[in-house]
Amino acid sequence: MSILINKDTKVICQGFTGKQGTFHSEQALAYGTKLVGGVTPERGGETHLGLPVFNTVQDAVTSTGATASVIYVPPFYAADAILEAVDAGIQLIVCITEGIPTLQMLRVKAAMAGTGALLIGPNCPGIITPDECKIGIMPAKIHLAGSIGIVSRSGTLTYESVHQTTLQGLGQSTCVGIGGDPVHGMNFVDVLSRFQADEQTKGIVMVGEIGGGEEEDAAEYIKAFVTKPVVAYIAGQTAPAGKRMGHAGAIVTGGKGTAAGKIAALRAAGIEVVSSPTDIGVAMKGCF
Amino acid sequence: MNIHEYQAKQLFQQYAIPIPEGSYADTPERAKQVASELAGNGWVVKAQVHAGGRGKVGGVKLAKSLVEVAEFSHELLGKRLVTIQTDSLGLPINSLLIEKIYPIKRELYLSLILDRATERVMFIASAAGGMDIEAVAHETPEKIISVAVHPAAGLQGYSCRKVAYTLGLKGQQIKALEKIMQGMYALFLAKDASQIEINPLIETDSGELMALDAKINFDDNALALHPEILAMKDPSQEDDKENEAQRFGLNYITLEGNIGCMVNGAGLAMATMDLVKLKGGLPANFLDVGGGTNVEKVCEAFKLIISDSNVKAVLVNIFGGIVKCDVIAQGILAAIEQVHVTIPVVVRLEGTNVEEGRALLTNTGLNLYAAEDLSHAAEKVVELAKAVA
Repeated sequence: MSILINKDTKVICQGFTGKQGTFHSEQALAYGTKLVGGVTPERGGETHLGLPVFNTVQDAVTSTGATASVIYVPPFYAADAILEAVDAGIQLIVCITEGIPTLQMLRVKAAMAGTGALLIGPNCPGIITPDECKIGIMPAKIHLAGSIGIVSRSGTLTYESVHQTTLQGLGQSTCVGIGGDPVHGMNFVDVLSRFQADEQTKGIVMVGEIGGGEEEDAAEYIKAFVTKPVVAYIAGQTAPAGKRMGHAGAIVTGGKGTAAGKIAALRAAGIEVVSSPTDIGVAMKGCF
Repeated sequence: MNIHEYQAKQLFQQYAIPIPEGSYADTPERAKQVASELAGNGWVVKAQVHAGGRGKVGGVKLAKSLVEVAEFSHELLGKRLVTIQTDSLGLPINSLLIEKIYPIKRELYLSLILDRATERVMFIASAAGGMDIEAVAHETPEKIISVAVHPAAGLQGYSCRKVAYTLGLKGQQIKALEKIMQGMYALFLAKDASQIEINPLIETDSGELMALDAKINFDDNALALHPEILAMKDPSQEDDKENEAQRFGLNYITLEGNIGCMVNGAGLAMATMDLVKLKGGLPANFLDVGGGTNVEKVCEAFKLIISDSNVKAVLVNIFGGIVKCDVIAQGILAAIEQVHVTIPVVVRLEGTNVEEGRALLTNTGLNLYAAEDLSHAAEKVVELAKAVA
């Protein structure tokens, strides 16, 4: 088993015929993802990459039975795309788009409340269950089907964790990049609870960064509910306060959201926090 | 993005938030003229810089005569102001705000932020205004009230009244506060702000409420939707290299160490800085070259890094995912040649075509080291920087 997606997950792509949508859809198809079509308004009825193009997400869902969607539309159209997917009954929405205005995401989240739809991202690499289903922009080659669940706010640090757990021969059950924006979909706790319930997942790597309080929430949750070994790393120990470190969400304000605070909270909960990002794989291996 | 106090107050005026009478000036003569037009017998001269804590370091002065207005303006203009919120170089004072002085009965605090924990726009208010609100929050959290606004319902009257009663306001003041809060909320939504802060919001002797100070930050992701806000940008208040980086779509932040860092991805860039520190060095910058790295971007990134004379060695850390390592290696070689990089460069490449990439960077005759892994790369660059320094 894995979490959220597997080899049977039917996926559509919003922004299918665009440059990004085309490139990453080709990669997903090559990986074996069950991509069943895509959506580009005014292009319905065409065929792209050998798959049907639809005008609306509703049309795509009705024709293909897709339950997941990946979004590669530009930032000012992304809120619209997410809500269109929610409205069409898509259960898992993966939004890769970077640079969505925060107030737009705030409205999207409020509108999603109670719908049951799950959102991963935005501003994230996506989600992958190795050898089964790849939804997003992560490089396929570094993954190895295995037993470690990875959840991270950063794209390249997800790859770093994947690479290290692959080198250690542990492999990954599912990897989820939850994104670097202040207002986003699934958080650490949402993913951790699924890893805890998943039989294939034997250990968990959690990569956080400065800003916000989700790592602290995760620490409390792990202490109370997670019995599997967890290795954590927090990026931004040297980041100065008040400066946005690339990700809109990675900023220390008013003494809140510091790496030191997060590391202390995680350690207080009994979680192993590595000081160096190069020790993630070794530390995880050491748990078995 | 930040704007100046005088610009924030112009926006306040558009949204019916009461502000002191006053105007902007960029010469002592103009400052004197503004003061004489305002009339009265006392004025405040406020240095316009993108940083708080101005009052404590002489950036806000009370003038009792027009001569003093001119004198203070002359003193401040052209100077750099170092406050608790700036670095040791401070920020240039290129403009002033001259305002009438009002008799203050009480100083209150009122701000509107985007709270990521509740995913709501939220008012924060306190009767303990004029002070550092972080300190108030830390020492006496009971003196602070927060009120979240549901995006569908909008700002309701009861929320405003709740804040008003907590602040000890009465009668007409309650309506006045509601008007101020509605103005702030409308401004926040219309311009995609990320924070609006009034500290202090004063109650005058006659009971009027007025925004004595004004600070607004905007969501960088939304600036393209608001050209009128983007036009308020003052590059003199920002780091030159950070401005330059923005032009090339690079994310760059100046730090105080001597090891230049070039990394793809924000998280990995932070992790690389942390690792340099862990190995005994100090990073000179944060630099995320982004996902789709190409030769041009790598060249511009090198230019930025070496334009900082503190930099003694450079660490390049690229996890090639979609972009292949051999392509990145070619980019690095081209960049070193074009930009004439002479200081040592340590490169850690990982990902697709890593062997081909490393081979290209070996035996080049350049001051270039291809590291086997990230840990070694960090150790090597710290060692090289120490040897040069």
